[in-house]
Amino acid sequence: MISLERLTKKYGDFTAVDSIDLEIGGSAIFGLLGPNGAGKTTTLRMIAGILEPDSGSARIAGHDIVREPMAARRALGFVPDRPFVYEKLTGAELLRFAAGLYGLAGPEVERRIDELLGLWDLLRWRDQLVESYSHGMRQKLIISSALIHQPEVLVIDEPMVGLDPRSARLLKDLLRSYADGGGTVLVSTHTLELAETLCDRLAVIDRGQVVAGGTMEDLRRAAATEDAGLEEVFLRITRGASDAEIDRVLEK
Amino acid sequence: MKTGVLRELAVLLRPKLLAARRRRGTKGRVGRLLVLVGIGATAWPFIYLVIARLLETLRGVEEIGPLLAARLLGLGLLLFLGILLLSNLIASLSSFFLARDLPTVRSAPVDWLSLYTARLLETTASSSWMVVLILVPVLAAFGRVYGGGLTFLAVVVVTMVPFLIIPAAIGSAVTLVLVRVFPARRSRDILAVTGLVAAALLVLVLRTLRPERLVNPETFRNLVDFLAVLEGPATPWLPSGWGADAVMGSLSGSFDPYHLLLLWSTAAASFVLGAAFHHRLYPTCFTKAQEGNENVLRRHVAWLWLERALGGFSIQRRELMVKDVRIFFRDPTQWSQLIILAVLVVVYVYNMRVLPLSTGTMITRYLVTLVVFLNLALTGFVLAAIAARFVFPMISLEGRTLWLLRSAPVDAGTLLGSKFRIGVVPLTSLALLLNGTTGILLGAPRGLFALNLLAIIGLGCAFTAQALAWGVLYPQFESENAAQIPTSLGGLLFMLGALITLGLVTFAQIWSLRGFLVSGLPGREPRPALPAELLLAAGLTAVLCLVATVIPYRMAVSRLAGIGRWSAGS
Repeated sequence: MISLERLTKKYGDFTAVDSIDLEIGGSAIFGLLGPNGAGKTTTLRMIAGILEPDSGSARIAGHDIVREPMAARRALGFVPDRPFVYEKLTGAELLRFAAGLYGLAGPEVERRIDELLGLWDLLRWRDQLVESYSHGMRQKLIISSALIHQPEVLVIDEPMVGLDPRSARLLKDLLRSYADGGGTVLVSTHTLELAETLCDRLAVIDRGQVVAGGTMEDLRRAAATEDAGLEEVFLRITRGASDAEIDRVLEK
Repeated sequence: MKTGVLRELAVLLRPKLLAARRRRGTKGRVGRLLVLVGIGATAWPFIYLVIARLLETLRGVEEIGPLLAARLLGLGLLLFLGILLLSNLIASLSSFFLARDLPTVRSAPVDWLSLYTARLLETTASSSWMVVLILVPVLAAFGRVYGGGLTFLAVVVVTMVPFLIIPAAIGSAVTLVLVRVFPARRSRDILAVTGLVAAALLVLVLRTLRPERLVNPETFRNLVDFLAVLEGPATPWLPSGWGADAVMGSLSGSFDPYHLLLLWSTAAASFVLGAAFHHRLYPTCFTKAQEGNENVLRRHVAWLWLERALGGFSIQRRELMVKDVRIFFRDPTQWSQLIILAVLVVVYVYNMRVLPLSTGTMITRYLVTLVVFLNLALTGFVLAAIAARFVFPMISLEGRTLWLLRSAPVDAGTLLGSKFRIGVVPLTSLALLLNGTTGILLGAPRGLFALNLLAIIGLGCAFTAQALAWGVLYPQFESENAAQIPTSLGGLLFMLGALITLGLVTFAQIWSLRGFLVSGLPGREPRPALPAELLLAAGLTAVLCLVATVIPYRMAVSRLAGIGRWSAGS
């Protein structure tokens, strides 16, 4: 459902994404991990059609994002890392607008709006301007807008930002059901617990390149550990700060 | 002030200064500088020459000339004081309550006095720079006509500093009280609306006073009437009056330091009282400013009508247009400027109505023809200004939400087409109404009248397309204030391009009709415009407007398709 081939993006002399290859099939949740500035968000934004790649290709549900952008976007639901939405629309209006962008309108859309808002316990905020929503409520609204047209592929950058524990659990269940129903989920996250418990497969990106990938077992093997949790595996792969460095910083 | 406070003040102001310096250093620096120099080189001499000419005329009026000049300066400063007060009220809302860096600054161990002083200076600078730029040529004209030397220059500087601080301190204090009562966002809306209603009333009052009569005392029945007008509301209790007295005193050799003392002591008192208010109320008000508005909005019948009216368009196009209209009318900082626009339109139509042209002589017929062209130029200018304010920011206002459109199956043509329609219909309708009404009031010949309306429709399309194109080329995605977006380099370049288009269209019409125009001069055989002349003018107008619409529109679509909103990411 998502296929990246030698995908590359440069900002001037800086290579943010360096010739990435990824193949993500249907009915799966795929996690993208990596330190800050590794190139995760740039990769996701290229997949979502927001940024154009300098070279390489990306296909969503069989459609090339450069050659068939409209078909690729129709198959995609995207949730960015920062929940910026139109402040002067109400929650229901925003979802109606999002549906309209995919050419959907009418009673079916109204039913779906109520269904999605109800799922997140946002029905009583339905007719309130988004400017009065909290950070977490906006995140729920954006996730709803990504789901309004029932896409085949869901790309989410940092899904848990601002969500309370109940909503976080709800999102996990939602993504699992979505994948079990045949959908593809690509999640970029720093929440290792989420990646470990939710994702079927993972890839670790560092300095724009995939440095390790596969199932949790594959990652453990790459990090040369047997029973370590994802945190330890992640730190080994990405060369996290040593105890000595931490002591030096905290020294008074 | 303690050394610690001064050090903190420097720390707090440093990021703002660095940001300002780096803004100047970013791309488009040379272009921006050239445009600013260009505007300065035309606006400053224009203001200077107009004021200097007026002052020289007044100087020739015996006895009351200097009195009139002082009155003129007092009125000007009073107007600036009002503008400064309103502008400080709104600016202080942003700097004290809505700025993004406030949570960081508030959570740091920063002394309250440092924070107050830093934000007050920031408010003063952002509210006053434009007034200061206008004051330079005005005061320079006073200095030249009345022979002001270095003393005059020193008095001006010493006068203007407290003159700028007073409205800033008062404005910040009033804002503090307003936020105590209303949430910050609602206060901004209230201020935007009341400020513009006040400004609109000021324009109406100034117009009904008919200030042009002051330079022509012969229009008064007798000296008593003239003096009665001159005696109007004086401002001995306001900083503008003290400022005018101090400046005029230094020019007439009767300088009295008392006025400066009044200005400085009032500025000091405003600062101290403002600081005391801040110390007492700011923590509570800041907390209150974090509250959102209670805005429950059911599906209003007006939106259902709008959706029905746009039913002929595809769902995608309809939703894009309805969204833009909704956001526009729900944001008072956007629609409230329509109030002042309406007042300016009324004043413009009124001025056209009172033009003394309807005496039926040959010269008057020639003048009417000229005024018809002038009317086209002025309406075109108004059209360009409205497009700059309302159409140019359209793409920038998508800013941080552009991800939603870019990740959806919406092509650039659909997005821009929706914005074009939303811009061109109200813009052209307003201009047609303005030009049509004034054309009828002027008694414009039928052929010229039709030609004018054709030009307005063409210019409406051209200006909308150009405003969108410059908006795409120079987007201000980070700007939160729609009113500030047109003051950017892109906005200035749009105005320049629009005025060139307007000039070309007006010139093409005058050139096509030159035979008819010359026939109106004394000693020539008067004749109506020939159909061939009118057709040529109409054809040239249509071609020029079509080119000025299609090229920028296509450029905008192609550029919009390639916009990478996010230049870097993790």
